[in-house]
Amino acid sequence: MSAIPSDVSRRAFLKAGVTITGGLVISISLPGCKPAAKVPGELKTFEANAWLHIGSDDSITFFCDKSEMGQGVYTSLPMLIAEELGVGIERIKVEFAPPGDAYINKLIGGQITGGSTSVRDGWEKLRVAGATARQMLVSAAAAEWGIDAHHCKVENGVVLSPQFDRLRFGELAEAAAKLPVPKDVPLKPAAQFTLIGRATKRKDTPAKVDGSAVYGIDVRLPGMLYAALAQPPTLGGSVKTFKGEKAGAMPGVTAVVLTSSGVAVVADSWWRARKARDQLEIEWNPGPNAALNDAKIAQVLRKGAAGAGRVARNDGDAAAAIKGAARVVRADYELPLLAHATLEPQNCTADVRADGADIYVPTQVQQIAQAAAAKAAGLDPKQVKVHTTFLGGGFGRRLEVDFIPAAVEASKAVKKPVKLLWTREDDMTHDAYRPPAFDQAAGAFDTAGKLIAWNLHLTGPSITARMFPSVTEKMVDPFAVEGAANYPYDVPNVHVDFQQQEIGIDVGYWRSVSHSLNCFVVESFMDELAVSAKQNCAEFRKALLAKQPRFLQVLELATRESHFGFPPKGRFHGLSVMEGYGTYMAQVAEVSIVEDKVKVHRIYCATDCGQQVNPDTVVAQIESSALFGFSALMWGEINLSGGRVKQTNFDSYRIARMNEIPRIDAYVLESSEAPGGIGEPATALVAPAVCNAIYAATGRRIRSLPLTKHRLA
Amino acid sequence: MTKLNVNGNAVEVDVDGDTPLLWVLRDTLGLTGTKFGCGMALCGACTVHLNGAPVRSCQIPISAVGDQPVTTIEGLSKDRSHPVQQAWIEHDVPQCGYCQSGQIMSASALLATTPKPTDADIDAAMAGNLCRCGTYQRIRSAIRRAAEIKSGA
Repeated sequence: MSAIPSDVSRRAFLKAGVTITGGLVISISLPGCKPAAKVPGELKTFEANAWLHIGSDDSITFFCDKSEMGQGVYTSLPMLIAEELGVGIERIKVEFAPPGDAYINKLIGGQITGGSTSVRDGWEKLRVAGATARQMLVSAAAAEWGIDAHHCKVENGVVLSPQFDRLRFGELAEAAAKLPVPKDVPLKPAAQFTLIGRATKRKDTPAKVDGSAVYGIDVRLPGMLYAALAQPPTLGGSVKTFKGEKAGAMPGVTAVVLTSSGVAVVADSWWRARKARDQLEIEWNPGPNAALNDAKIAQVLRKGAAGAGRVARNDGDAAAAIKGAARVVRADYELPLLAHATLEPQNCTADVRADGADIYVPTQVQQIAQAAAAKAAGLDPKQVKVHTTFLGGGFGRRLEVDFIPAAVEASKAVKKPVKLLWTREDDMTHDAYRPPAFDQAAGAFDTAGKLIAWNLHLTGPSITARMFPSVTEKMVDPFAVEGAANYPYDVPNVHVDFQQQEIGIDVGYWRSVSHSLNCFVVESFMDELAVSAKQNCAEFRKALLAKQPRFLQVLELATRESHFGFPPKGRFHGLSVMEGYGTYMAQVAEVSIVEDKVKVHRIYCATDCGQQVNPDTVVAQIESSALFGFSALMWGEINLSGGRVKQTNFDSYRIARMNEIPRIDAYVLESSEAPGGIGEPATALVAPAVCNAIYAATGRRIRSLPLTKHRLA
Repeated sequence: MTKLNVNGNAVEVDVDGDTPLLWVLRDTLGLTGTKFGCGMALCGACTVHLNGAPVRSCQIPISAVGDQPVTTIEGLSKDRSHPVQQAWIEHDVPQCGYCQSGQIMSASALLATTPKPTDADIDAAMAGNLCRCGTYQRIRSAIRRAAEIKSGA
């Protein structure tokens, strides 16, 4: 369980966590000992700040405030610390941070891993954390030598004097801890970076090739029991009555527990719990969605679209411009619900005692998880320790905490640690799905053929209204209008609005969130407008992006690398561009039509994500997020019938397999702009690029997904 | 009691005969490197070697294992020195990493029978292993590299 902070380091950490709110207060903490006691060989810890502890044994520990779900924070974030601290990345031990206000993501306002913010949030504060600690260590060394700190330098964890005296960080930890925390420590100029911007091996790879990395599902505690959960088959349903006698009589079963999210069977092995679950006799209240199906959802959205939504962008007067235009083009687009389908099914291990609780959980939201567990346990949040494990995929699914209360309630009932694990079927049928959408686009040209108006009316349910209602009380849901409100093209009259229309079930943040909806509509419709204007779709875009150099650069890079417009014989090209998370991206898809289906051969992806931290991770994330978008484009669809999800496993909800993927070529521009997010944007551009290529190949415009809905013959 | 041969060790487990090998490995023996993803042999996360051949351990009842040797990710090497593990590290293949034990077990089984696999061989051998992070390009490159390492290149 190397991924989970030990109790000793956690206690030491929490002390710092308490003091941190009043400013950076440094103290030496000796768990279980009096700080004043100075015994040779005893470990002293320089708690430089919430992220960084340096031990007298030369250990350097980084408390990683973001969850590692594949996006590489376990490496890229300590790189930021190491760069300024002056040590090699291999010297830094990474532990996942507990809940704490010090770890609030300033771009989101909570301790949240998501929104492609990890590097952007850490970019300054982690470098400052490293630089501040370094300066204190240098000051301690200078004082020891009686020289000016400016004469000292740092090399891989050692402070050197001009006379070649050497003091290791560990030797300086105790003295450094007694110094005042300096303010406004200067950061290295980019030209002096030795680590940032250089391809760096992931620190978590070794544990992920020998099976030792600990995910939530792998947590094992002494005396732990296992639970399987029967949840209402209808979304929004509940338990009416149940009989647990048969299940309770099955071998190994310890208890049958009614929880807030269904009936849990607790047993001495998960397999026995899972088998006994079949013996439960439950009568369900179907709840309000008993008649919900795909047609109903489509109907509700279309009807909702009649309303005027909240305005997200309003330049000029689009309505008037459309009314007086020489030519107006209109199109409607429809997008389906999608599942996250993390490969690790949802799970939580809870150990609830009278005086407190521990939960071990793959989560993207430590504080929300803590609050949910506390509520379920009847404890104060301060009494709940959250141990974040590695995440077997996140993609937004683990921003939800719906899998936590039942584990806590089961543990509380049996007074033992319980690992509650969902089956794949539980997971597929009880997700917070990517919202569906019904979107109406209109573009207008004047008599000279110039695009003078753009109107986009988006309709769909709001995730944020459920998750963070205080946000949507004040403004249009910012996570419903991404890739639409920031419409980049130089058009004098632009109107974008979002009509919130709920559909009865919970929807959730899914990799790239509303970019995945809106980029499809915006970039497909821009292609429709180019066709209507009888222009080359790349040149049409370039002319309207003339004042946007970062867009132009990626557009030119993608079209150049792909020889856009000159595909190999029998193949066709399509294009899309987008800015999201501060990252500029252009994709060219190269496809052919085989019988009545599309084959996607290649995706050329040009990216300007500003300053890169770990370029190898940037490329990996582009490949990853592009394939995430590819699976959704090809097959992704959650269907409902009678309020139940039809897809149950990977046979009916398909994920791309190795033999089905296009080649992804990532081209990343060198840039000194502030870092942009890279975990998500490429997901959103794949569908429009491919569908625009399908149009080039067949003359058929795809306005709904997935492609399995369409025969392309 | 059921006798098993896991990673070269003779072990005895006291479990119901219909318990899938996966859950005996994970919950009884504590070998959690082998993962649960679907329970229907659709994702490959639970791939182990049975008699050297890749199998989906979620589909094999423990009563059917007998004395056939079982190898899990923990038994592939003691020190990540198997050519596939070396190549995986060289290419930094894993992202979330959850599927990678299964990927590595499928890849190592492929190389055991096909030392110089073609792209088609690789696709055929690996199509049963899903990766939700989409690390497939790197998996392919790493398998080619592992073949080189194995042949001493």
